[in-house]
Amino acid sequence: MITLNINKKNYKVEADPNTPLLWVLRDHIGLVGTKYGCGVAQCGACVVHLDGEAVRSCVTKISRAQGKNVVTIEGLSENNSHPLQKAWLELDVSQCGYCQAGQIMSAAVLLREKKDPTDQDINDAMAGNICRCGTYLRIREAIHLAAQESSTK
Amino acid sequence: MEKHKTDNSRRTFLKTSLLAGGGLMIHFSGLAKLALPHNDDGVPVVQWTEINGYVKISPENIVTIICPNPEFGQNVMTSLPMIVAEELGVDWKKVVVEMGPHDNVKLGPQFTGGSNSMRMYWKPLREAGATARNMLMLAAAETWSVPVEELTTKAGVVYHDKSGKNATYGELAAKASGIPVPKGVKLKDVKDFNVVRSSRKNVEGAKLVSGKPLFGLDYQHEGMLIAMIQHPPAFGMTHKSFDASAALKMPGIKDVFTIKLYEEGFEQGGFDVRTFNDLIVVVGKTTWEVMNARKKLIVEWMPVGDVKNTMAGRDGKREVVIPGELENTTTQLQKMLEYAKKPAQQLRKDGDPETAFKNAAEIIERTYNAPFLAHNCMEPMNFFAHVTDEKALLVGPLQAPGWIEPTLTKILKLPADKIEIQMTRMGGGFGRRAYGHYLVEAALISKKAKAPVKLIYSREDDSTYGIYRPMYTATYRAALDSNKNLIAFHVKGGGIPEHAIHANRFPAGAVDNYLAESWEIPSNITVGAFRAPRSNFNAAAEQCFLDELAEAMGKDPIDFRLELLKKAKENPVGKNNEYDAERYAGVLELVRDKSGWNGAEHKKYSRGVAAYFCHNSYAAHVVDLTLKDGHPYVEQVFSAIDCGIVINPDAAINMIQGAVVDGIGNSLYGGLTHKNGVVAENNFHSYRVIRIQEAPRKIDISFVQNDIDPTGLGEPPFPPVFGAVANALYKASGKRHYQQPFALSKIEASSI
Repeated sequence: MITLNINKKNYKVEADPNTPLLWVLRDHIGLVGTKYGCGVAQCGACVVHLDGEAVRSCVTKISRAQGKNVVTIEGLSENNSHPLQKAWLELDVSQCGYCQAGQIMSAAVLLREKKDPTDQDINDAMAGNICRCGTYLRIREAIHLAAQESSTK
Repeated sequence: MEKHKTDNSRRTFLKTSLLAGGGLMIHFSGLAKLALPHNDDGVPVVQWTEINGYVKISPENIVTIICPNPEFGQNVMTSLPMIVAEELGVDWKKVVVEMGPHDNVKLGPQFTGGSNSMRMYWKPLREAGATARNMLMLAAAETWSVPVEELTTKAGVVYHDKSGKNATYGELAAKASGIPVPKGVKLKDVKDFNVVRSSRKNVEGAKLVSGKPLFGLDYQHEGMLIAMIQHPPAFGMTHKSFDASAALKMPGIKDVFTIKLYEEGFEQGGFDVRTFNDLIVVVGKTTWEVMNARKKLIVEWMPVGDVKNTMAGRDGKREVVIPGELENTTTQLQKMLEYAKKPAQQLRKDGDPETAFKNAAEIIERTYNAPFLAHNCMEPMNFFAHVTDEKALLVGPLQAPGWIEPTLTKILKLPADKIEIQMTRMGGGFGRRAYGHYLVEAALISKKAKAPVKLIYSREDDSTYGIYRPMYTATYRAALDSNKNLIAFHVKGGGIPEHAIHANRFPAGAVDNYLAESWEIPSNITVGAFRAPRSNFNAAAEQCFLDELAEAMGKDPIDFRLELLKKAKENPVGKNNEYDAERYAGVLELVRDKSGWNGAEHKKYSRGVAAYFCHNSYAAHVVDLTLKDGHPYVEQVFSAIDCGIVINPDAAINMIQGAVVDGIGNSLYGGLTHKNGVVAENNFHSYRVIRIQEAPRKIDISFVQNDIDPTGLGEPPFPPVFGAVANALYKASGKRHYQQPFALSKIEASSI
């Protein structure tokens, strides 16, 4: 039995400690906002925050998450109030939308570290997140918009 | 189609269904939700009255519009209901959108693909909205004993100005639903539109950015098990024997068994692909447990040899032999070279091309090649199935429910009205999810496991058990006279296992002597629709060739195309030309203006142009490219599009931007290779897809403004990107690129 703190809530999970966090989130806890895309840390669809760091939950064993704070897209804010979620909606970034939770979770860490990221900063931070629909231009724009909004708060 | 389904229980159920949180895909705007009565659990409870298949209204005047077509990112869940809302005369902000179940009788063809949604539903949805509005007005006229002609509507309310009476649609709905459906109701003048042609946000946007369950992979069902398939490692192989004892001992594992998709002699329809007919299945409690157990299977594989398939067809069934060879990319290329030399099937001939080529002062001949492509939908293939002896419930991501249902009826031996298919949002489709073999697999697994089961493909399964874009080649020849006039044009194209030639497309119709031919090489590698099938190759090859031709003739590439189009318009050659030369020229002229074709911008970058017509819409792009350390980077793109009326402009722009990015990615990096039948690129570390740092800084999109009925947008902007990228690459490197993908190795700069 492993206890995980996810979105400020404790969950007791009956699973092999080697199980990737992704599958525990999805199959055991029912938080399905974190997506499976590749299983080998190549696409970024499964990005969550582990003590504030962006990690790929498909290769993060639950034993590593034990005793740490996990934040998933469901816990990023209440009512889509995070500046990134607002910017994503303002610019209507999504097409199929499957990758967007991972995109937002990666972008959230970037924005925490760089208040006013350049295009280059965004490209560097987001290079690990694939969007097959090709919404990259809007993702860049939305991150800039969210940065602006955060700075004028 | 399926006439026996007209009055099934689902229809009756919908008439007065209670919305008690059970709907997987019900979408309230904030306002609508507040207006609803709630049950003790805070769940909205609504008594709906169904006016027609697309419209249902509650007494509180909540208007629900049903989206018939599955959503895979093209935004139909927003744009199709917008059409209904326009004619119905309701406040869009208060509309609730719901994804419809599969029901071809009530909801039409329900096919997402071929850029057909708008084209297919434009008229039916306008009529559905206008007819529903008319029925509500008739109900009011009857209630108030006034002539219907004296009534007006605004934002979901019917008004009678003379008496000062008014009633909401909700108050009138029950009565309206009993009125015989009027015919020939007048539609709005397109000039009066106020919902359509203005940008409306994605109705699922808020759910997407907060991680709500929307996709097939997110679907949950009581008692649901997880299943994965172990498919053969190579095309042309099958399992000889297997030992599941170790797998069965793994935690969480319920069963390991085999399924067979089609029995001998099964008449396959066009979308029933038979990639691997015999599959080993592992069923267990959770995805990770099943993934791990699958690794413990010990399987002996063997070549399956030549396979005889029976295909259903309009002219009766026919036998097709699928060769058993374990293919290699190098031998595939060699084979294509051999076939290209052989006589081919003539697709179209105008004038006397043979004589024209004989008399030519100069002949230009170029051959273009393109590899297999994988769709790489971000959400791997998956489907939920719960099949019993009496009925089947299937839920998941699917483009064309109406195409797989007949197959399921035969395989499950159940009548169509006992097969319920619900479509979730799809994490990408690109044509891949038009092939419902994974529903057949899920259904057979559920039946055998006697349990509700969700079949999940791993990324590797998805990459190596694909329905790929075929491998293509085409040789283009042009005959010039001594004055460098184009006197004949010849294209001979082939592919594994299908060719890509559209014989009646431009420049057919613009050249006096024209010949189009094709050939095909049978293969066991399964192929199918991939975003703008065939066009995605032609627009690359033909548009590069036209560029090279213009250069040889000393002409500007846009002027040269416009000259040909002028001829096709004023004095068309031959019959059955598929395109409208004036609209084709229109996008070229627009992109020339918007890009400042020969202006200052031109000097900063290596610039290429291409235009193409496919799926009833027209697209032209100007690509501005630079080489950075030998790696091409597309800095900016100008796009001009003619798709008639643009339903939802911002969403249309989003989709075109996406198509441009996708086109850049696939032209520069896309490709799938085989070694002894094994797909070499099985995940994103080896199959390169475009990433954010490779996406342009800017994509500037312009629409030709007209009032022509709308046509599709998912596909048309995609193919010409390949050609424009190749032509820009030539300007940057001084070398023509004939083999896709263009940028797997470094490219030396040498400006033209």
